[in-house]
Amino acid sequence: MTAATAIREQRASAAPLLDALDRRIIVATQEGLPRVSRPYHAIAGQLGVSAGEVMERLQRMLEAGVIRRIGAVPNHYALGYQANGMSVWDVPEERIRELGQRIGALDFVSHSYHRPRCLPEWPYNLFAMVHGRDRTEVEAKVAQIAALLGEADRGHTVLYSTRILKKTGLRIA
Amino acid sequence: MDAVDRAIVNRLQGGFPVCERPYAEAATKLGLTEDQLLRRLDVLLENGTLTRFGPMYHAERLGGALTLAAMKVPARDFERVTEIVNRFPEVAHNYAREHVFNMWFVLATEAPERIDEVIGEIEKATGYRVYNMPKLEEFYVGLRFEA
Repeated sequence: MTAATAIREQRASAAPLLDALDRRIIVATQEGLPRVSRPYHAIAGQLGVSAGEVMERLQRMLEAGVIRRIGAVPNHYALGYQANGMSVWDVPEERIRELGQRIGALDFVSHSYHRPRCLPEWPYNLFAMVHGRDRTEVEAKVAQIAALLGEADRGHTVLYSTRILKKTGLRIA
Repeated sequence: MDAVDRAIVNRLQGGFPVCERPYAEAATKLGLTEDQLLRRLDVLLENGTLTRFGPMYHAERLGGALTLAAMKVPARDFERVTEIVNRFPEVAHNYAREHVFNMWFVLATEAPERIDEVIGEIEKATGYRVYNMPKLEEFYVGLRFEA
């Protein structure tokens, strides 16, 4: 798949029928759910709609993948995962789906993406975020990925973040 | 953080129910009362163990466009470029990384065509090339951080 096709597909699948009420529910819940016995009723009260309507729409957004999941979002730094390395790999394009899925399934990989190479400077087409308690742990995990890839690993490196220059959430208004 | 907190962090990273009393239902599975779970969550959020408790939205499926972009910025010019890049409201996250490609940021725009425009504007304002690396495919399973 070329970059252009992927982007077109992404556009085509974007915003699967989110209406104004869906968006109001997203805005009302993007900071989190109220911690009260009946949280969906509380949101419904705030928006002036029925709790049934709120729950039905949340369920639908879950099924459509607009909501990835509902639950606790841990702060990985607070849990002791201080080292986060962006590992990048040059793998054969024709095997990328198979390999990406295997790497994405590793329990220490949070995200795994196929991205375009920018030749000649950037030969890497598979990205995998690796989390560990320190760099030694990240490196051991990167070695596990290399072993899993075998000959398909035509070169890789790990980029550690040294500073957060800007961090704002993805917010819809 | 005790065993109960660990169970909450490890087992409630997804699957929170959509029903009338979801905390009560989730609490039962953890061997807690609704009140106990609510109080524990309050503490875990207050002390920063959890950043949020609620739905995690899939940014691209909200209708906007998203990409990852990288730049190679000489050290002497890094602060100036950072300031210019961060000034764009479309730049959601920006990280310095140890590599020749030393600046990595996420662009999020409501209109997909705005991505290329912003990239052009950043290149013009900084004098450096922006390497656009949009996601072609995601192999997502979802990390479960072990507490």
